Amino acid sequence: MPVAIVLLPLLGAIVAGALAFIDPGSRAAKARIDKLAQAVTCGALLISMVLAIITFNSVAINGQTQTITILNWISSGELEINWGLKLDTLSAVMMLVVTVVSAMVHIYSIGYMHHDPSIPRFMAYLNLFTFFMLVLVTADNLVQLFLGWEGVGLSSYLLIGFWYDRPSANAAAIKAFLVNRVGDFGFMLGILGVFVLFGTVQLDPILAGAAEHADTVLNLFGGEAHALTVICILLFIGAMGKSAQIGLHTWLPDAMEGPTPVSALIHAATMVTAGIFMVARLSPLFEQSDIALSVVTIIGASTAIFAATVGCVQNDIKRVIAYSTCSQLGYMFFACGVSAYGAGIFHLMTHAFFKALLFLGAGSVIHAMSDEQDMRKMGGLWRMIPVTYALMWIGSLALAGIWPFAGYYSKDIILEAAYGAETGVGQYAFWLGVAAAFLTAFYSWRLLLMTFHGKPRADEPVLARVHESPMVMLVPLFVLATGALVAGFIGYDAFVGHESGAFWNGAITVLPGHPALERAHESPTWVKLAPLAVGLAGIATAYVMYFLKPDLPGRVAAAFPRVYRFVLNKWYFDELYNAIFVRPAFVIGRSLWKGGDGAVIDGVGPDGIATATMGIAQAVRRVQSGYIYHYAFAMLIGILVLVSWYVLRSV
Amino acid sequence: MPTAEFPNLFPALPEIFLLVAAMALLMFGVFRKDDEAGPARVRCSRIVARLCILALLCALILVVTMNGSDRVTTFNGMFVVDRFAVYFKVLILISSALSILIAQDYLEVHRVARFEFPVLVVLASVGMMLMVSANDLMALYLGLEMQSLSLYIIASFQRDDQRSVEAGLKYFVLSALASGMLLYGSSLIYGFTGTTSFDAMAGALAAAPGEAVSLGALIGIVFILAGLAFKISAVPFHMWTPDVYEGAPTPVTAFFAVAPKLAAIALLLRVMMEPFGALTVQWQQVIVFISVASMALGAYAAIGQSNIKRLMAYSSIGHVGYALIGLAVGNEAGVRGVLIYMAIYLFMNIGAFTCILSMRRRGQMVVGINDLAGVSKSNPMLALALAIFMFSLAGIPPLAGFFGKLYIFLAAVQAGYFTLAIIGVLTSVVGAFYYIRIVKVMYFDEAEEVLDRRMDRPTALVMAATGILIAIFFIIPDPLLSQAQAAAQSLFGG
Repeated sequence: MPVAIVLLPLLGAIVAGALAFIDPGSRAAKARIDKLAQAVTCGALLISMVLAIITFNSVAINGQTQTITILNWISSGELEINWGLKLDTLSAVMMLVVTVVSAMVHIYSIGYMHHDPSIPRFMAYLNLFTFFMLVLVTADNLVQLFLGWEGVGLSSYLLIGFWYDRPSANAAAIKAFLVNRVGDFGFMLGILGVFVLFGTVQLDPILAGAAEHADTVLNLFGGEAHALTVICILLFIGAMGKSAQIGLHTWLPDAMEGPTPVSALIHAATMVTAGIFMVARLSPLFEQSDIALSVVTIIGASTAIFAATVGCVQNDIKRVIAYSTCSQLGYMFFACGVSAYGAGIFHLMTHAFFKALLFLGAGSVIHAMSDEQDMRKMGGLWRMIPVTYALMWIGSLALAGIWPFAGYYSKDIILEAAYGAETGVGQYAFWLGVAAAFLTAFYSWRLLLMTFHGKPRADEPVLARVHESPMVMLVPLFVLATGALVAGFIGYDAFVGHESGAFWNGAITVLPGHPALERAHESPTWVKLAPLAVGLAGIATAYVMYFLKPDLPGRVAAAFPRVYRFVLNKWYFDELYNAIFVRPAFVIGRSLWKGGDGAVIDGVGPDGIATATMGIAQAVRRVQSGYIYHYAFAMLIGILVLVSWYVLRSV
Repeated sequence: MPTAEFPNLFPALPEIFLLVAAMALLMFGVFRKDDEAGPARVRCSRIVARLCILALLCALILVVTMNGSDRVTTFNGMFVVDRFAVYFKVLILISSALSILIAQDYLEVHRVARFEFPVLVVLASVGMMLMVSANDLMALYLGLEMQSLSLYIIASFQRDDQRSVEAGLKYFVLSALASGMLLYGSSLIYGFTGTTSFDAMAGALAAAPGEAVSLGALIGIVFILAGLAFKISAVPFHMWTPDVYEGAPTPVTAFFAVAPKLAAIALLLRVMMEPFGALTVQWQQVIVFISVASMALGAYAAIGQSNIKRLMAYSSIGHVGYALIGLAVGNEAGVRGVLIYMAIYLFMNIGAFTCILSMRRRGQMVVGINDLAGVSKSNPMLALALAIFMFSLAGIPPLAGFFGKLYIFLAAVQAGYFTLAIIGVLTSVVGAFYYIRIVKVMYFDEAEEVLDRRMDRPTALVMAATGILIAIFFIIPDPLLSQAQAAAQSLFGG
């Protein structure tokens, strides 16, 4: 059954992919093909989802963890790699989240993409993505995990560039791919390091043997380094790329070029959380290295605050949510960094629901506004699309961490755990996290107010066509909204509360020296209330600035022009990378092309040889004069040379 | 005083038969009623041509059936028959027969269809067979001259055509010079070894391994080599080739390009391996030089050509260069490579010339490469056949030409002659340019005026047969490989 969960989406992808190649001929035939592709892919995903729920029940609730080996994949010397499924609570949770969100996004896409010309291709990509994501989360060895990791990267690339006739979409797709390569390189080195250290890439022996290698030292470039620290940091670089952490985050906002359901599924709910999953999966390794954990915490917390500040000034509705995602991923990482992996995964799950909800809601708004994404051209929509409006409220409340929505529970426990870690980096994470929580609430309500309230700023023809989305788009939103409402208090006890030990059932390892999560429950009352308070404060600030005094934002921006520009330009990361990497790469490439390849290799090589050949050919022709005495002379010269060769040699 | 024993004629039976047949056909032609350029003369030439082909085939059967696997000598050791000789005689007879077959139509079109042509080809073939079987410097020279005398005449066979006469004359004068060199070399060798017999010579040269090889003998070898290099048109004795190929009537060129080369290569192999085998290290350097120079010149000079016959001349120079790699290697594998190469070369060249013979526009022969433009549309079969031959000549797998080169290069690499093999491969690349250019002209250039579709039946048949042989050689290479192996072994006394 777990095998079917993974393989059904692949089957759907193959069928829909094949359908994408059929030339329909007529419009009616095209409609039929589109319908078929939608039915196959959605059907596969829904069955997969039901099976995943059943599996979740047996694995996570009833504790039947198992490892299924399907096939031997690579067998070479010491290296043994199998195709296998590792089913424990962690993978069961991930499977549940992935299949549920994915199924909702599939159904939503039927409505959202209905006038797109290449529906089968889109559905095939979505299914393919889901397949790779499931391979990733169920992998029982690092290589298979890497396969899924690259596979989701590929699907992400294909889907960001889905509208391949837009240059910006292609650029974004390439950017996403390249930035991820940087991370993937670290990940690969990490896998190699693991193999060097453990002699295997199978997860079970690695996780079991981590403690033995707690003090192993690795010789690197003449120096010595703590092996697990090196490996964990390398692996974390991979996670940073995939999960868009500060430094390697630049691709995520650009990835919004893809269709909105893609943003919801891949760039909010599932793929970008692969990094958190990986860190949690390898928690026994990370636990052995305090340095690596500190790095994870600092990077996570910095991302949380950085992305939140940028999110406050963006005007594109999807980009705001994208930065929000980036920021929330930072929360999850610093939860892991303070050894509160359960809290990180908990937030991963609740975030999947409410962020998918927000994205799909934003998609609904965009759909209503005839593909307009700029919030400055929206406003006053709440009467026209009330259902979407209500759903966006739910999503925002959850994101801002207001009781009793899901985000309240998960974000609260993360901040408490950071406080409870009682370390310097823990405090760093806690305070930045609180600040980010304020900003989160602020930009959420800024989004709500700019989009739905105030005077309508759109053009007349656009406004005339504003309409509520069809049921096929709203039903998935209701499902996700339910998740955003209830996932928090349902999951709290299991994920991070007093049942968590039984729930995780060994899927996550926390050393006794890292008691952040236990202490979290005993943290002072003000710590418990702080997130909620700053959340409310953020909402209030947004109300003041965007509802009561709409001219205030402009005045603030004018008062601090440098800060404003710094934040508006996303802390100049893109410009920095352009200056350091992109432009020098172009310069080097151009000089190698023009100078190295063109002048030297072509000049001396193909072109030069060709020219020389023609020259020699001409010379030889001229020698061939047609006169007998020339020919006889050549023969005599020939024999003279040959004879003198021997005569001179023998002297 | 012992009387001279009557020599055993039996091993030379094919040659004797062919000679008698040639005389008889000559008589037949001479005494037949002649009407000076009328239909009777054409009819006569046709009959003689067919009978000549028949005679060649009979000789072929004789050669094959009389062949014991042993080495037999006769005429006081001047004439030798072994597997090596049989191999080359078969190839020579095939190429002569094919040449007569494809020549007839051309000769008739150009109003030079005379019965002497096939008879001369047969006589040349007898000379070549004698060359192949020569086991003495005297026999060598006799065979060579017999062959050459016939060739001088057929080169200028189109005697109203200035270019044809010029070709014959050039060939005659330069060939005489080459023969002079050969004779001078022979006398030097005789002077230093005291014998003209190959067997005795080998003994004399191998007898004193400790002593330094006498310089006189070496120079003699160089002169003999020069004379033979002229016959196979190896650089720097190649200069006659393009002019003669261009000027001579096309079927004569086809004959020139194949049969005399086979005979001369055979002779060269035998002379270098048998009597001079002990001096391999010495003559190797000359062969390497000639081989490299021929490959390079063949590759580069052909590029500038616009006449396809001249192009084939340079092509043949290049191919001789490749074949000489096998000789330069100087071992059994190398000789085997040469044998395979020459057999494949025969069919590629005859095939390519059938295509050239079919290039006609309004009944007239054309030989410009650009005249081939658009042939792929006007005459697709011709285009396909010529493309196969060109790709094969260029050595593109899986065609036969590739395997010819493969065995040569393989032998060179196995014996450690990497430089030779690398130069060979590089010049093949250059050579591929002009072969494939022809294919490009045929398939991608637009024609101003297309070629005739007409092809006479024998030519078309030969074209089809050689084309198929070249194309499917890789499926059934074994007969050729095993024969070549046996022939090479016999040369090394195995």
